[in-house]
Amino acid sequence: MLDSRPSDYMLNVEGLTVSFDGFKAVDDLSFYVDEEEIRVIIGPNGAGKTTVLDLICGRTRASAGQVWFRDQELTRLKEHEIVRTGVGRKFQNPTIYEDLTVFENLEISYPSGRTVFGALGFKKTRAVIDRIEEIAETIFLADCLHHVSGALSHGQKQWLEIGMLLIQDPALLMLDEPVAGMSPSERIRTAELLQTITRGRSVLVIEHDMAFVENIAHRVTVLHQGRILAEGSMDKIKSDPRVVEVYLGH
Amino acid sequence: MSSPTSRAFATRGEILAFATLAVLLLAVLPASMEIFRLNLFGKYLTYAFVAIGLVLCWGYGGILSLGQGVFFGLGGYCLAMFLKLEASDPEATKIQSTPGIPDFMDWNQLTELPWFWVPFESLGFALVAVVLVPTLFAGLIAFAMFKRRVGGVYFAIITQSIAAILTILIIGQQGLTGGVNGITDLRTLKGWDIRTDEAKLVLYYVNAFLLLGALVFCHWVLGTKFGRILVAMRTREDRVRFSGYDVASFKIFVFCLAAALSAIGGAMFTLQVGFMSPSFVGIVPSIEMVIFAAVGGRLSLLGAVYGTLLVNWAKTTFSETMPELWLLAMGGLFIAVVLFFPNGLAGLWQSFRQPLMHAIRRHAPAGSVVADAAPEGGTR
Repeated sequence: MLDSRPSDYMLNVEGLTVSFDGFKAVDDLSFYVDEEEIRVIIGPNGAGKTTVLDLICGRTRASAGQVWFRDQELTRLKEHEIVRTGVGRKFQNPTIYEDLTVFENLEISYPSGRTVFGALGFKKTRAVIDRIEEIAETIFLADCLHHVSGALSHGQKQWLEIGMLLIQDPALLMLDEPVAGMSPSERIRTAELLQTITRGRSVLVIEHDMAFVENIAHRVTVLHQGRILAEGSMDKIKSDPRVVEVYLGH
Repeated sequence: MSSPTSRAFATRGEILAFATLAVLLLAVLPASMEIFRLNLFGKYLTYAFVAIGLVLCWGYGGILSLGQGVFFGLGGYCLAMFLKLEASDPEATKIQSTPGIPDFMDWNQLTELPWFWVPFESLGFALVAVVLVPTLFAGLIAFAMFKRRVGGVYFAIITQSIAAILTILIIGQQGLTGGVNGITDLRTLKGWDIRTDEAKLVLYYVNAFLLLGALVFCHWVLGTKFGRILVAMRTREDRVRFSGYDVASFKIFVFCLAAALSAIGGAMFTLQVGFMSPSFVGIVPSIEMVIFAAVGGRLSLLGAVYGTLLVNWAKTTFSETMPELWLLAMGGLFIAVVLFFPNGLAGLWQSFRQPLMHAIRRHAPAGSVVADAAPEGGTR
């Protein structure tokens, strides 16, 4: 067991393993993400992509292995503690508070007043309101700040969830299929959005849309049956015969 | 115009609704009924503390507790213990084989006051215990359950079992608790006779003011970010965790708050009714309390108060004329609420009021139409 940061990478995933009733969904997985890198994870269904994100953000507990985020080992922390170290997670289906307005969704995500008494004493200062309005502008929802978020379109909900992460200002952003279910025009705007918001932070993205992946990825990791099949630039991945066989060929 | 970014403590409509209830409780009810009926309504209002606690915990937080009677009862028992000790001075109990201890202890061959009764000779201690004992007990339950992420139906069943266990415990330990009869024959509070009509009137007002204060406090809580997090937790618990909150601590807090409110209600019950017994602790009263909140509207603090008054008034009226039918009517009422008006009376009122307001506004100047047009998330 390592008890200190193993390398200078921002994210070190070392020997990560999880088994569900003996089935190893993620099997001795190691990979490393640099500061300000956009890494895309691709792979066929059931390859363990979402599970990897679940393991990093604490939603699923690892059977073995470690996740080092800067100087912190994450596998021992609780979900909210992991968030507070600077890791943000977007789920595959938009996960927002549908009973609340866009403003309130962003307000809850604002990274202060996170304890019980902090929340009771939380004040909507000018700075908070300005920040919320700024984020709403970025995610194209400035006009619907006071709409109940349950009434938004699917694409708008995806943007709202991205905004909810953004307001936390995480150093590592994890996005699970951010353009799934979006219309072509929404996809284009989302790609632009990701270009702006990924500046100054590392991003881990799961995506199936290959055009989108080519557009944003610095490096690509291909997962297959819980293990890494290939890793490298998009060009290298596209010409790898094993990748073509299990994934791209379809 | 009110926008959520600069929301005042309460909107004009909320203040009006609160004032209406205050007038009803402080003027209309006391003026319109003789002291016996008023005392009865005072008793109903003690249940309203439980109901507004359930609005926070169940309506907003999504935590259904079927054991609020436990906290109501513990609060009531804490005060009853003090009152019983005051009623059991050696002079008044000189015919007992051990004078100076409560009568039921004497009947059960106890010869000295049990250790945990001793501090209840102090009113200060008893008043602190009224709130603290049930709150700490609730905290213990909530900590054990929510840290392990037990929730939903499982939590409801566990609270229900605790209500059953506590009832059995109280009934079984007759010498320590007064058993199935409870702690009865309470007479004075620091020498002030609580059985007189005048005392009943004073206690009614104390109760009403406490309830109004509790309503203002709960309204404040729901208006803070804490209130929004409760709603968020109800629908997307996971997302709240991944927004950096420790969900368990929020649940523990709101459950403790609901317990503390119930406990105050329980203590006021003891004072106004003059006894406390296990029949207010168990499963049936606990479920009845949930029905009060459900009928009134689980998302409305004021609705819960009206729901409590209405159901209890109906219960008294019906059970005076046809006692066998009351339980059936109660069950039917609960099913009707769940099936046809899930937001209770408050929800019905909202859906009736909105078209009415629109009709009124159509004739009003254009400027005033915009105000209040966007309905808020809940009906507080």
